[in-house]
Amino acid sequence: MATTTTSTPVTAERGSRPARRKPRKDTRSGNPIVYLAALVLIGLMLGPVLYIITGGFRTNSQITTNPAGLPDPWVVSNYADVLASSTFWRQVGNSTIAAAVTTFGIVTLGVMASYVLARYHFRGRGAMYALFAAGLMFPITVAITPLYILVKNLGLVNTLPGIILPQIAFGLPTTIIILVPFLQAIPKEIEEAAAIDGSSRLNFFWRMVLPLSVPGLITVGILAFIASWNSYLLPLFILNNQDTFTLPLGVQSFASQYSVDTAKVLAFTSLSMIPALIFFSAFERRIVGGLTGAVKG
Amino acid sequence: MSSNFGVESLTVAEGARANRRRTGGGAQALPPARSRRRGIGWAQRLEITVLAGPALLMFLGFVIFPVLMAAYYGFYRWKGYGVPTNFVGLQNYVTILQDTAFHQALWHNAVIVVLSLVLQGPIALGFALLLNQKVRGQSIIRVLIFVPYVIAEVIVGTGWSLMLQTNGAVNDFLRSIGLDWLAHDWLANPKLAIWTLMLILTWKYVGFAVILFLAGMQNIPEELSEAAAVDGASFWQTQRRITVPLLGPTIRIWAFLSIIGALQLFDLVYIIWGQYVSSTAGTSTMATYMVTEGRNAGNYGYGNAVAVVLFGISLVIALLYQRFVLRRDTEGALTGGR
Repeated sequence: MATTTTSTPVTAERGSRPARRKPRKDTRSGNPIVYLAALVLIGLMLGPVLYIITGGFRTNSQITTNPAGLPDPWVVSNYADVLASSTFWRQVGNSTIAAAVTTFGIVTLGVMASYVLARYHFRGRGAMYALFAAGLMFPITVAITPLYILVKNLGLVNTLPGIILPQIAFGLPTTIIILVPFLQAIPKEIEEAAAIDGSSRLNFFWRMVLPLSVPGLITVGILAFIASWNSYLLPLFILNNQDTFTLPLGVQSFASQYSVDTAKVLAFTSLSMIPALIFFSAFERRIVGGLTGAVKG
Repeated sequence: MSSNFGVESLTVAEGARANRRRTGGGAQALPPARSRRRGIGWAQRLEITVLAGPALLMFLGFVIFPVLMAAYYGFYRWKGYGVPTNFVGLQNYVTILQDTAFHQALWHNAVIVVLSLVLQGPIALGFALLLNQKVRGQSIIRVLIFVPYVIAEVIVGTGWSLMLQTNGAVNDFLRSIGLDWLAHDWLANPKLAIWTLMLILTWKYVGFAVILFLAGMQNIPEELSEAAAVDGASFWQTQRRITVPLLGPTIRIWAFLSIIGALQLFDLVYIIWGQYVSSTAGTSTMATYMVTEGRNAGNYGYGNAVAVVLFGISLVIALLYQRFVLRRDTEGALTGGR
């Protein structure tokens, strides 16, 4: 975001005719219509989320008699029940392991391949980049049926590696597309200086490239983590055993199992979205910044 | 990993492209590597193999190989056990193309593609233009409108289906503000269900479009709108003549992502309407058809054939789009547009 903060207060003074733009102070604080629009947008965006969260604090009879109301009184038993259940925590554990290993795999393999694509000149480099870029256009949906058969033949059905390995593979295109320009932006002079100092290219990779690309690695890491945390189709095919369920499958099976206990379903649902939300808001700058920023070499 | 990941991954691709655009590179072309004069020795080949090999193997093994295998399995009638032996040639494809359930799914996908563009595009553009001004608390607004996008499809589906039940929160809210005539059976009414789906899709993905457009707007030099202001252009003139045309490349990439995502839509439909209801409610998609008729029915050969059809349709659309729409973006960043 650092690149975007160049504010330009000079307009008013520079113009020979009166500029239509409002003076600086007003522009800063913005126009009431803008705030109103932003408020409406945020309300629409957050309303359903707040409904899910507050719904978990109500009883079923409250929800039946007044579906759109607020909790009165607030009850914590739904949340307490979910937090006390071993099913929930087992699913949290499965989701965490799957997301963490997936993220590690994607980032490690991705940065290595991106380094080659960004810094080595060899025949087939363009083809390799095009191959990964093509993978970007096709989400896992089109490959899910044969992928299930492949995982089954590998004997990985009902295991976490059965979802982790495909997730790493399908996450690589993103990672590579975002990291290649990142690594290319590291000035050539640094590499030359390292070469003069007798440092090998692999050494340069370890000593210079990795530390310099940490912001990019965090961005792709967060995206990989959230994608894995939310992933539904692949676990739906691969994991049939309750013990290996990740949270999305858990939410769905909980919702059908307790379909009459709406309040508890809402509590379970809101608890399972918390980690992704925390992760996202903690690193929001990185993600949005990753869209516009570049490495500072 | 759900289809969600596809879209998310492409977010970043757009970012990378935006970066390159800003530095003056073409949007599509691979930037030239920092080449070295000397040829590559075996040591360097070894480095390349060691570094790029694992990623390449994973990608070929778990992405490319399954897609190729789908083409092979699609020629068989096969229950998924052992080696397929019952070769049926193109019979699976003939069945798909004659199945009215598939026709309906294809039609629904087409409707979803068009409506996604028509609904989300203008809404997102409007909000991005508003939020692109120097608003206090812009970063918090950005985080908040991105929230639905970060939440899992399963949660969105579960939450919305509870709210949209006939005696759920949405109808209750509408009645309480005196709009009884607006209260409907949102999920089961076949005339309404696809619009309900569009509402949920718009809610979930419009934040992504807003963020993307805002990121694109930040690559537009501020001097241009300053110059326009000096020349006495009004706010809306500036937006219409400068911001929106210069945002062209971003909009076109967003539209591409939206089209591909809409073609492969699965999670939300499957979670809200389930495998049986989606076709009667008029919300089935090619992907839900694939899962219902393939895996759930135990017809893996057939499911693979559907996957091939889905892949083919997406590929053709992607290539046509790249050829006729995105190509303009390689012709220069600032002049692209119109």
